[in-house]
Parts: sequence; structure tokens; C-alpha cells
Amino acid sequence: MTTAAVTADGRRTKAKPATMAQALGRALRDSMAEDPTVHVLGEDVGTLGGVFRITDGLAKEFGDDRCTDTPLAEAGILGAAVGMAMYGLRPVVEMQFDAFAYPAFEQLMSHVAKMRNRTGGAMPLPITVRVPYGGGIGGVEHHSDSSEAYYMATPGLHVVTPATVDDAYGLLRESIASDDPVIFLEPKRLYWSKADWSPEAPAPVEPIGRAVVRRSGRSATLITYGPSLPVCLEAAEAAVAEGWELEVVDLRSLVPFDDETVVASVRRTGRAVVVHESPGFGGPGGEIAARITERCFHHLEAPVLRVAGFDIPYPPPMLERHHLPGVDRVLDAVARLQWEADS
Amino acid sequence: MTVQELPGAAAYRPTPPPAWKPITDPAPLLPDPEPYRVLGTDAVADVDPELLLRLHAELVRGRRYNAQATALTKQGRLAVYPSSTGQEACEIAAALVLEERDWLFPSYRDTLAAVARGLDPVEALTLLRGDRHTGYDPREHRIAPLCTPLATQLPHAVGLAHAARLKGDDVVALAMVGDGGTSEGDFHEALNFAAVWKAPVVFFVQNNGFAISVPLAKQTAAPSLAHKAVGYGMPGRLVDGNDAAAVHQVLSEAVARARRGEGPTLVEAVTYRMEAHTNADDATRYRVDSEVEAWKAHDPVRLLERELTGRGLLDDEGLEQAKEAAERMAAALRDRMNADPELAPMDLFTHVYAEQTSQLREQAAALRAELDAEQDHDEQDAEAGR
Repeated sequence: MTTAAVTADGRRTKAKPATMAQALGRALRDSMAEDPTVHVLGEDVGTLGGVFRITDGLAKEFGDDRCTDTPLAEAGILGAAVGMAMYGLRPVVEMQFDAFAYPAFEQLMSHVAKMRNRTGGAMPLPITVRVPYGGGIGGVEHHSDSSEAYYMATPGLHVVTPATVDDAYGLLRESIASDDPVIFLEPKRLYWSKADWSPEAPAPVEPIGRAVVRRSGRSATLITYGPSLPVCLEAAEAAVAEGWELEVVDLRSLVPFDDETVVASVRRTGRAVVVHESPGFGGPGGEIAARITERCFHHLEAPVLRVAGFDIPYPPPMLERHHLPGVDRVLDAVARLQWEADS
Repeated sequence: MTVQELPGAAAYRPTPPPAWKPITDPAPLLPDPEPYRVLGTDAVADVDPELLLRLHAELVRGRRYNAQATALTKQGRLAVYPSSTGQEACEIAAALVLEERDWLFPSYRDTLAAVARGLDPVEALTLLRGDRHTGYDPREHRIAPLCTPLATQLPHAVGLAHAARLKGDDVVALAMVGDGGTSEGDFHEALNFAAVWKAPVVFFVQNNGFAISVPLAKQTAAPSLAHKAVGYGMPGRLVDGNDAAAVHQVLSEAVARARRGEGPTLVEAVTYRMEAHTNADDATRYRVDSEVEAWKAHDPVRLLERELTGRGLLDDEGLEQAKEAAERMAAALRDRMNADPELAPMDLFTHVYAEQTSQLREQAAALRAELDAEQDHDEQDAEAGR
């Protein structure tokens, strides 16, 4: 279905199906066109257009100096981006895959996250680090990690992850415009998800740091983000048959965390499940469950549950369906929320 | 290399793979086998005497700065001080070869280079005193924060120099690192990026013999650290790091080369750390007195003084003046460092993000309440005469 959208200058445009990958590419393009200090750099981002083709056409349109194929060295790429940002540019770094970003951790932890703080606010670093993350695409070893907990545990970084085509565009624009470093986590298995979307009149986007209620309900709240949002929406749909009205909250931003939206929802429903595919132990769900418990204890009808990936290194692709939390696991958790103190 | 000639071997003689050709002739990139020297050689005749006198005054001041800062650690005014005594020629030359628009990327041991570049001696020490991480605005002085992780500042220098060139600015970045730092991955990545991008950067390695306690022979199997340059496709230069005139000249040439758009240079200065790694370590456990004595005879301040007095450019009065200027600097530093810094606990939350997150706002409010309660308590104690 295509719907009409209206541009800022009043023109009516046709919204057509677009993939998340296309929206991300368009966000990069529009940011570069608008602001000459925006530079894209990474391995294969130029001639090839990125292994996921997100940067397709940027080198052609803006030249090699603005969309740069770098030597293959993640610490070097991010370290160079630090220097570029110190000199007033806005670098957007592409890390090819989640687990390939690990060599850059020292630059990230020691410098990117801390430079504003170390210099008493004199030297902010407006760097966006794009990290394709998560599984479900049949990737072999080192191509499917969910690394969000590492980033979340590092003060000084914003950690953002879109789950919709609109957010892919809007959140990436906002991340690039942010004066702080942003880890922009791109859910790989949603790259090819489609929605009606018009590049000329993109939907208005909630700023970084706000969660959004994607589906309203009164029985329980599913709190999720990125690749698990479609799973939760599907679960909510299926739950209707059981008589459950599930509310689904899409966090969109893990840091800062939108306590307000989450708390308001859980106080309404009295029950909460946190859903993500990264390992549960030490994962985002533990932090979120603790925050909910601290703020909603007297409103809760049951313990806050977590549905997460197993605490294992990401499995080989032929086994990943057993690891990734799917609709059934979410529904099982919701069933366990019908909890009684004596049971 | 020759292929061993065997009967019938011609038929099997290997041919190069189709795509292979040498990218560049390595010969011009290789350093000379001996560290370059100026003082006590004919080359000194070409050096402006004014420059020699300036270097001398700065060396004397720098030596005194090192001594004063070390003394401040003993008085508990500095948490730690990694002294660069014995390496002053490197520190001073690094500062003096740069134009105002250029950038310096110092390591934790390079406080002196930052001061010689014009940074307030107290602002340079805040990291080591423990009241702030970086007590100055890096953009104002064009000095990156003193970098404690090893070699991680090198890719920053490359990125900054690259960005400046993209913007059309005539800016050079000089990045300092120790011999131990050359073993880090970031050293490799920075040199590689700089060479590929032809970034206007000078990598300046102060080889002072030890990475804390580990000697150079256990750090690298390369003929010299300067030899590493050839693998990246940039020239390597080896210089006597205690010869201030030589270091100044070699770095000046490298800076000029970078400014001409000819790319990065790796300069290795062979020098010696006369003190321990920091006041916290015991250098007698890993080095012998005879070695220290030999380097004392090659002291950077004495080398330059011998040259200047021998040529009648500096007399006792001049020496005394340099010493007095250094004493004045030390006295001022002592006075200012003996005042307790003002600390503002609420600043903990001020510069984490451009805007505080709701999480930080909550934590700031909690600390505010703690501080208020502390103050109330103190006031009650004061009223009660406790």
C-alpha cells in the first residue's frame, strides 16, 4: 500500500516501499549534502558501497575525501576519526560487522567516550559509529554478535538502535547531528525489512533518548529494541487469541534510557517482559528489569522477566534459530506473568 | 637474492606473479646506520647561534622543571610524575619546531614539551596532581591531552592532520611516543594510515632505552625503531636525542616535508631516561650504574653548554642568567602548586554529555543532597564548637 506524504514545502509525494538499508543510505546522503563536515569512512565504504551497500553511491556523489575507503584496521579508523573530530569534522565510521569492531574498543573506551569529560567540555567528539549487529541472517562466526551491553556500560557514549524504516532514517540523522559520540547499532536482519517511506517527506522522529509505544495494551508490557521488535509485535498479535492485550515498547535508545515511558507503561500494565537477543547474563535486560523493579515495585503483579539469547558465544548459523528468542518464548514468558505468590 | 643454479633449473625458474611490482624503492626511506649529530661536528657551523642559545635556555629551564615536578611528588602535591630528565633535548625541540597553527600530540611523559610550547606549567600538571584530567583547552593551545594509554594518540594525530589538509589548512601534527609504544597496534595502524593518506604528520619516537623496566632488545628485533618506517613507505630518521641541535634540525626537516605535502616521517631519537619510569618505580632493579654514567657524560644540557662555551657564545654570566630564569620558573611553580586546587564535586556530571541524561540528572541530585547534608552537618558542628 502506498500513502501520500506531504513535504515541508507542501508538495505531495508518494511514499513507496523502502528498506531499512535504503533509508540508512539516504540518511547518510542527506547529512552529507546538508553539512560539508560530515565524512564517512571505513573498510569497503567507497567503491563497493559497503558490504551491506548502505554507503552505495556516496563516494561517487561526494568524492573519495568525504566517503573514504580506509586501510583495514578498526582501531585506526576510529582513532583517525577522533583526530578528524578534534579538527571540526563529523566523522561517521562504519564497522563492517559487530565482532569486527572489537579492535577499536580501546579507542572507544579510552578516547571517544571520554574526550569531552577529560577536557572539561572543551573538546566534544561528534562521531557516529555505525555497527551492524545481531544475528538471524545466517552469518558465520564473528558476524552475528550482539555487543550492545559493552557499549551501554561505557559512560560518555549514546547507544541507539532503530527498529523501523522511519527510525533508521531519523535516528541516523539525529546521531550524525549530535555533538556527542553515538554508537548506532543497525539490526542486520532488519536491513531488508520494508515500509512505506518517502525520502522527500520522512516522518517526524522522536529525538534520541525517547522510547516509543508501538502497540498499546493493558495485560503486560513487552520492552524491546532493534531486531526483537518485530518478534514482540508478532507475539502481541498472537496473544490476542489468548485474551492478552500486550503493550510493546520500542526503546530506540539504550543510552540515554527512557525511564519515563517504560515506567508509565509498566505501571499501567503491572507486568513486564524484557526481550532481546543478546545474552541475558550481564545483558541489557538485567539493567532494565532492575530499573523497573526499583520504580514500579508496588505496581507489579509479577516479577519482571527476561527473554534473551542464551549465555553462549553466538552459535553456528544452522543452530541460531534455537538461540534467538522467538514468538513462542515471548508468549511463554507472558504466560508465566500470570504469577501467583504461592506457586 | 639469487636462485640456486641446478642442472635443468632454468625450466623451473620462478617468475614473479603477474600483479607484483615493488611499490617504491626502499633505499631512500632507510635511516642512516648512525644517529645524526650536529654538536661537536662540522654541521654545527650552519646552525644559527641564536637558536643554540634559545635551545640552551629552554633545556636549563626544562631540567629545572623536571627536578621541581619530581620534588612535588615527594611533597605529595603530585600523585606521580614521569620525569623526562635526560630527554630534554627531545622535549624542547619537539615544541620549538612547530608553528602556532600546528598540533602537538604528547604522551604522558611529555609534559615538558607542552610547557615549552607555551602551556601554563600548572595547567600542564593537573592530570598528575589529580584535580582534572586535562587542565587546558586543547584547541586553544593546539596540544592534545597528555595521553596515558600507549600510542593511542598517534591515530588521532593522523586524523587531525588529514582533516586539516582536507580543509586546506597548512597544519602539521607532531605525535610523540616512547620506544615501548612502538610495539602497540595503534602505532602500526597510525603509521600505515598516515603513509597511505600522505598525512602531514611527524611521528617522534623517544627511544629512552626502557619501557618501564623492559629494555629495547626485548621490545623489538628491528635494526632500529626508525627502520620500521620503510615497511610503511615513509622515511625513517635516526637522531642523537641528546643533541638538541640535531633533534631540532631533523624534526624541522620532517615538519617541512609534511608541510610540503610529501607525507609523514618517522623520527627515532636515541636518548636515555636518567630517572626511573616514575617516582613509583626502582630503576636499580633493571639497569646498571655504568650505563647511567656513560649517558651522564652525554647529557643534553652539558653537550650544548660545551659547544656554546667552547665557541665563546656563552660565558659564566650567560650560564648564570639561564639558571636564574629557571629558578624563577621553579619558585613560581612551587608557590602555585602549594595552593590547594578548588574542586567542584558537581562538575562530575557536567561534561559527560552535551546534555545530561535523565540518569545523570538523578545522580547529580543525589550527590547534591549528600553535599548539602555534609554542609549542614559541618555548620552544626561549628555552632556547637566541635
